[in-house]
Amino acid sequence: MQTKQRKRWKISTVILLILFIVISIFALFPLVAITLASFKPSKEILRFGLNLSLQPEVLSFDNYAFIFSGASEYFIWYKNSILITIISTILCLLLSCMVGYGLAVYDFKFKNLIFGMVLVVMMVPVEIIMLPLYKLTMNLGLMDTLIGAFLPFIVAPIPIFFFRQYAAGLPRDLLDAARVDGSTELGIFFKVMMPLMAPAFSSMAILQALASWNNFLWPLIVLKSSDKLTLPIGLSTLLTPYGNNYDVLIAGSVLAIIPILIVFIFFQRYFIEGMTAGGVKG
Amino acid sequence: MERKKKLSNLLYSQKIAPYFFVLPFLLSFAIFFAYPVFSTVVMSFQEVLPGQVTFIGLENYKDLWNPTFLKSLKNSTVYTALTLCVLIPIPLLLAVFLNSKIMVAKNFFRSIIFIPALTSVVVAGIIFRLIFGGQEGALLNSIIGIFGFEPKAWLNNAGLSMFALVILATWKWMGINLLYFLAGLQNIPRELYEAADVDGASTWKKFTNVTVPLLKPITIYVFTISIYGGYSMFAESYMLYGNNNSPNDMGLTIVGYLYRNGIEQNNLGFGSAVGITLLVLTFVITLVQLSLSGMFKKEE
Repeated sequence: MQTKQRKRWKISTVILLILFIVISIFALFPLVAITLASFKPSKEILRFGLNLSLQPEVLSFDNYAFIFSGASEYFIWYKNSILITIISTILCLLLSCMVGYGLAVYDFKFKNLIFGMVLVVMMVPVEIIMLPLYKLTMNLGLMDTLIGAFLPFIVAPIPIFFFRQYAAGLPRDLLDAARVDGSTELGIFFKVMMPLMAPAFSSMAILQALASWNNFLWPLIVLKSSDKLTLPIGLSTLLTPYGNNYDVLIAGSVLAIIPILIVFIFFQRYFIEGMTAGGVKG
Repeated sequence: MERKKKLSNLLYSQKIAPYFFVLPFLLSFAIFFAYPVFSTVVMSFQEVLPGQVTFIGLENYKDLWNPTFLKSLKNSTVYTALTLCVLIPIPLLLAVFLNSKIMVAKNFFRSIIFIPALTSVVVAGIIFRLIFGGQEGALLNSIIGIFGFEPKAWLNNAGLSMFALVILATWKWMGINLLYFLAGLQNIPRELYEAADVDGASTWKKFTNVTVPLLKPITIYVFTISIYGGYSMFAESYMLYGNNNSPNDMGLTIVGYLYRNGIEQNNLGFGSAVGITLLVLTFVITLVQLSLSGMFKKEE
């Protein structure tokens, strides 16, 4: 009986293993394919499309050499993306943390109303307000500026929600202790409470940076001149009806994934905490 | 002296402090949310031309009844429905498998399946544009060629291009939905399964009687965000076709139509009417779906 049970388990384990290997191949295959393609001359891609035939004699670093030669604007876009990602992530975390903390720690008159407003922002697809935002950004003189590309979304509902949950779990005694010691309310926040929220910062920072790095629709609307574009928008301009610059496009795509992949490998846990933060209520 | 004291009182006041903390949200809400929402409602009743705004009542909404908008509506609806069919049951089942005791290398597989979610839609679009290329030697064509099928012009055929869009969505979002379900599974108390074991319940019984009902809140959440995601899809189609113009508009979505009218043709009034329609649509669907799933009835 015992052995029979164990044997059956083994078979089902093998079946599951095969299933997950197949799915893993499905997940990784496109990324492997494009990485291989980035080492092929773009003429080859144009003629035959992306394929898996590996001919060592045509493997080349030309695409990467071209990007690194600085002949294209690729690294300007890269720089813009890094700049926007860093600035918007820091601002977003700081501001959202303040709001989440305020909602969690204090009792005040419009608390529930304001939290309701946070939920409403979370529920309305941003695409709907793109046009009035476009008009507003134009009136504010922020069109085609890096600031305009992230300012409207700098206070984001999901981080607020997450920080509120996190701050609600912090010990309130600390607040009173700090007050007795004569701290101002702001001082308590910056010196006592914010350091305690460090784990929340890690997961939200990674999530926010990912979202900013990959953001598409709004930067597409705001940014126009080619030296202002972010990486995704820059890459998207290379796809044109008159022909595609596959040399930059493919190698550029690979280079666009690499930083996130590295961050993911080191900070997996925070990625996953951040991702599931919105969905699961403890 | 008196003034200084007031200022320091301000810094110590527990009454004022919360308003200071939520101020960034209030400002951003007013400027970048409430005003735009109000403004888009107003604009949807106007003809907005440079330097000249005319109130035209329901004219924009009447104009919405045209073949191109209906096509975008249909495309978005079909896309949303298909992604729901794929991206709810499959990740749910995979999460249950991945969470089971007999599975090995759980964290490894979870991470691998999650990796596509890290890529931007732009990069994903470039990759799938190449995979679904029309050339005989393009990736998918060479694969189906092995099985003796003729090469197909994937992105030039309405049905096939929808298939490409759904595959792209499956690739990109499977890992995230899997993660949601895994998180939900971890919140189910182990004792419930032990109790079911004592009652001699089969694996299938445990799945239908314990797992599925207890995953309901998370399933509703995934369902809701998938509907929003499906109806607001734009970038995937934009990238797959290289711009917002697919042959015969076969990849045009509602947001694509909004973008075309509002940004490309600078017709803000009409574009706003498209936006309001999208808002009403997603709102109604969510309400119906929430009430069907009993969300309003017996939630404590």
